[in-house]
Amino acid sequence: MTSGSFTQSLSLLKSIVWGSASQLRSMYLVFMHTFRKRDTLLYPEEKVQLSARYRGRIVLTRDPDGEERCVACNLCAVSCPVGCISLQKAERDDGRWYPEFFRINFSRCIFCGMCEEACPTNAIQLTPDFEMAEYDRQNLVYEKEHLLIDGVGKYHDYNFYRVSGMAIAGKPKGSAQDEAEPIDVRGLMP
Amino acid sequence: MSPATYLTSFINADTFLILVGVFKAIVVLLVTLLFAGFLSFIERRVLALWQDRYGPNRVGPFGIFQLVADIIKLLFKEDWTPPFADKLTFWLAPVIAMSALLISFAIVPITPTWGVKDMHIGILFFLAMAGISVYAVLFAGWSSNNKYSLLGGMRSAAQTVSYEVFMGISLMGVVALTGSFNLREIVDAQQYGWFVFPQFIGFLTFFIAGVAVAHRTPFDLPEAESELAAGYHTEYSGMKWVMFFISEYVGLVLVSALTATLFFGGWHPPAAFGLQLFPTIMAYIPPIFWFITKTCFFIIVFILLRGALPRPRYDQVMAAGWKVCLPLTLFNLLITGFWILMHDPVGGG
Repeated sequence: MTSGSFTQSLSLLKSIVWGSASQLRSMYLVFMHTFRKRDTLLYPEEKVQLSARYRGRIVLTRDPDGEERCVACNLCAVSCPVGCISLQKAERDDGRWYPEFFRINFSRCIFCGMCEEACPTNAIQLTPDFEMAEYDRQNLVYEKEHLLIDGVGKYHDYNFYRVSGMAIAGKPKGSAQDEAEPIDVRGLMP
Repeated sequence: MSPATYLTSFINADTFLILVGVFKAIVVLLVTLLFAGFLSFIERRVLALWQDRYGPNRVGPFGIFQLVADIIKLLFKEDWTPPFADKLTFWLAPVIAMSALLISFAIVPITPTWGVKDMHIGILFFLAMAGISVYAVLFAGWSSNNKYSLLGGMRSAAQTVSYEVFMGISLMGVVALTGSFNLREIVDAQQYGWFVFPQFIGFLTFFIAGVAVAHRTPFDLPEAESELAAGYHTEYSGMKWVMFFISEYVGLVLVSALTATLFFGGWHPPAAFGLQLFPTIMAYIPPIFWFITKTCFFIIVFILLRGALPRPRYDQVMAAGWKVCLPLTLFNLLITGFWILMHDPVGGG
């Protein structure tokens, strides 16, 4: 036997022993997982911890006075990349605008939050709730009565008609917060 | 003559023994089948445990009725025979897969009084049946008329034939020490010392060959799902697929039971080199306990192997079989023969 073949067979033996030891080690390591905590969350029993800004089910909120915030400006419908929002503007006797109907097709919605970003009155908001499964696809089309909630959502004090210059019954021009009296542009006085 | 007396007229000492034998065989068959089916659940739970998951835990307490749910699902599945398949062979393959390994259980001695058949050629019968079970995979792979299936079948044939060569030789050390192929005599020869100690190389190689013959990971190349879809049973569905599935678990139980029987003393309590562990206490533990405990231990080791080790490349499997394991078993047989001649030069005649 030459010295070359001897070193060859020695390295083969070494690789066999080393390989077997490595396999036994990985078996030991896998076995030690018996005593580890399991990572699985048993979902329906244990609820998922969602962050406050999680983008889930969309709601329409009310202002602190309990009136609808939505002024039916259609910006949400325009900004929606999948076009799942549709609404129709109507006007109340006191001059406030509101959506006659407001419809979100959640089977199309991708929960991107563009509508929330676009909304000038903080009316439309996404909530940390994803448990919306339905057996019937039609039930995923939410109407206004399903979307409208009684609370203010994320913005507790915001009231659009109190900060905007829009005149409604009981709140004429110039009476909003930080709003100056309207200037009579036709007047000659400085 | 009333039917009852007509029937009892057949019962005498001989027919009674036959009836008892048939009863034992049926019990062993049913227990094996049920346990093999139940293993599909146990394996998923144990693998999940080692992967920090839960596994199936919804059906019944701890999910123990998962098997029932699975069976109901599989019964309602379409049992489809592809139009391009070779019908007879396609139908024959799962039957062979199931029966060849189940029949091997006939030779396994469970306790001193239980066991199906006390064969003088015990080990040879097992090797023959393991050889026949290759046909199942080969038939399935060929008759499916599908490239993946054919590749799986070819791999299986080459792998099983290679590994059966040294599987047989690895057991010859045990046979030489006992002087018999009969498993019952092999078990009784281990009353004062398990064969795993003098035959450690034999045990290692038999275990590796057992993994390969049972097509278990890491030697599951015939059905390597990441390479070959489902390998030889790609085209199978419904109850025919179940028969392949169960036969894999039957093979797992069989190899575990044989390892326990051949190397770990079968129904005997722990003993090594003539020393028994607490013989007075052990006398109170029934033999069936030892057999079941040992078998379950090896089943768990098999599952651990699956959970821990990656699948080697096909040429690595063949190289490991022919270049490492076969020389090892031959070396082991040589040493064993030398040892026997040293201590008992006249031989058993």
